[in-house]
Amino acid sequence: MKHESTRRQFLGLAGSAAALGAVPLVTLRPAAATPASMTSAIRAVVGEATVRTGKVKLDVPPLVENGNTVPMTVTVSNPMTTADHVVSIHVFNEKNPQPNMGNFYLGPHAGRAQISSRIRLADSQKIVAIAKLSDGSFWSATTEVIVTLAACTDEVI
Amino acid sequence: MNPARIIVVAALLIAACLARAAEIPPAERRSGSSFMAPDSQAMQSDDTANPGMLWVLDGEKLWNGKAGTAGKACADCHQDARVSMKGIAARYPAYDKALARPVDLEQRINLCRVRHQQATPLAYESRDLLALTALVARASHGVGIETGADPQLAPFIANGRDRYLQRQGQLNLACSNCHDDNWDKLLAGAAITQGHPTGYPLYRLEWQSLGSLQRRLRACLSGIRAQPYNYGAPEMIELELYLMSRARGMPIETPAVRP
Amino acid sequence: MASALINVPKKARRGEIIEIKTLMSHIMETGYRHTAEGEVIPRDIITSFSCRYNGVEIFRADLFPAFSANPFITFFTIAQESGKFDFEWTGDKGFSDTASASIIVE
Repeated sequence: MKHESTRRQFLGLAGSAAALGAVPLVTLRPAAATPASMTSAIRAVVGEATVRTGKVKLDVPPLVENGNTVPMTVTVSNPMTTADHVVSIHVFNEKNPQPNMGNFYLGPHAGRAQISSRIRLADSQKIVAIAKLSDGSFWSATTEVIVTLAACTDEVI
Repeated sequence: MNPARIIVVAALLIAACLARAAEIPPAERRSGSSFMAPDSQAMQSDDTANPGMLWVLDGEKLWNGKAGTAGKACADCHQDARVSMKGIAARYPAYDKALARPVDLEQRINLCRVRHQQATPLAYESRDLLALTALVARASHGVGIETGADPQLAPFIANGRDRYLQRQGQLNLACSNCHDDNWDKLLAGAAITQGHPTGYPLYRLEWQSLGSLQRRLRACLSGIRAQPYNYGAPEMIELELYLMSRARGMPIETPAVRP
Repeated sequence: MASALINVPKKARRGEIIEIKTLMSHIMETGYRHTAEGEVIPRDIITSFSCRYNGVEIFRADLFPAFSANPFITFFTIAQESGKFDFEWTGDKGFSDTASASIIVE
């Protein structure tokens, strides 16, 4: 139910349990975004407009091998003409220290409204992708992602 | 998540006490890439999307640059690394006559720098050493591993094998307990691999950087709460040597991508 | 010594939609990590990426610490004419790097 502690905290607990005197592990937990800060980050982009669900496909592996590098693809089905095209795509998250992840600016010359990248996910959480169309409307897709831990981390700074 | 992980490891401990270490039959050997999700495999197989290739590019620049008081570049003796270095990484660690012991690829590069370029050795895990090692190992991409064929290496391989089979650390685990006896079973949500070093130096998503086999072995040892061997220590090289000889026949995949 | 890996098709037909893949070497230090002594490691990320096609901007991205190290960005564009793609990355601590790739459009 609650995955409150981050993996760094886990290593901190296990490390202090082992009386090895190994690498001192820090258990400070960074400030986390909350659903509320994600909502206000979205408001900052869309203003008072309604965000409708649809047209946007957010592709992230449902079970992520490592939260440090998660492949992500956002596709918006749209003709991409001068009259009707995707102006920008914005990606948000719930539990990283910051709600914004990336903004991508397109135009009719893009031909296809699709971008790929690799993102960091601090924990299992919801990700939201919002597309702004040339007619001023906003469309979104949401995905729940589960983030697992890589084996045997070395925590070296 | 935390207590569950400790329980899983403790259960493995108990199970391991009952099981005997058994070498993986050659027909069942699998590279670490086969345990990865399709997205990670795709990251590895596309040269323009594989972050490890950034280090190979850096390595090319270093290969062609003059170094040391001798003012020589690697290229001055070895020309195009892609040609001259083909097959080299596939038979490392190798025996060095002068030192009368095995050396790994990183050590070989530093020995060349000191002996032939009159340059200072590069620090372990430094960007430059990783880049040069990645370039040299990349030249063996697809070549089957032949490490250990040299009979002079036999006693060192035996040492490495003993270390691989020996229980150690707070969790009292031997490498073989996980990587020979329980591969493909899940540990904290991720499949345990067979531990073949076919793709080193590799881009580990956890590190978000290229890293060497030595770095990974130090992380393994930290993971079982054992004292990690120092970089370049004889125990480290012997373990590397054993692991590479254990992977004989499997193709080099450098630079691999791993979670 | 930042390196970039760019994947642009060498040739395309006029009007064809092509995919451009870019990979730039950068640590993308989030600003949320701490040293063993408890000090914050300051943020050091690429904040902006843009692509110009024969001088006209065709794509731009704002990057946040949530981008993985060695940022990988792919996007599409319509191949209009032969020429050059110019890529630019800028970020914290005055980071600035460029790369380019040519294309023949027939």
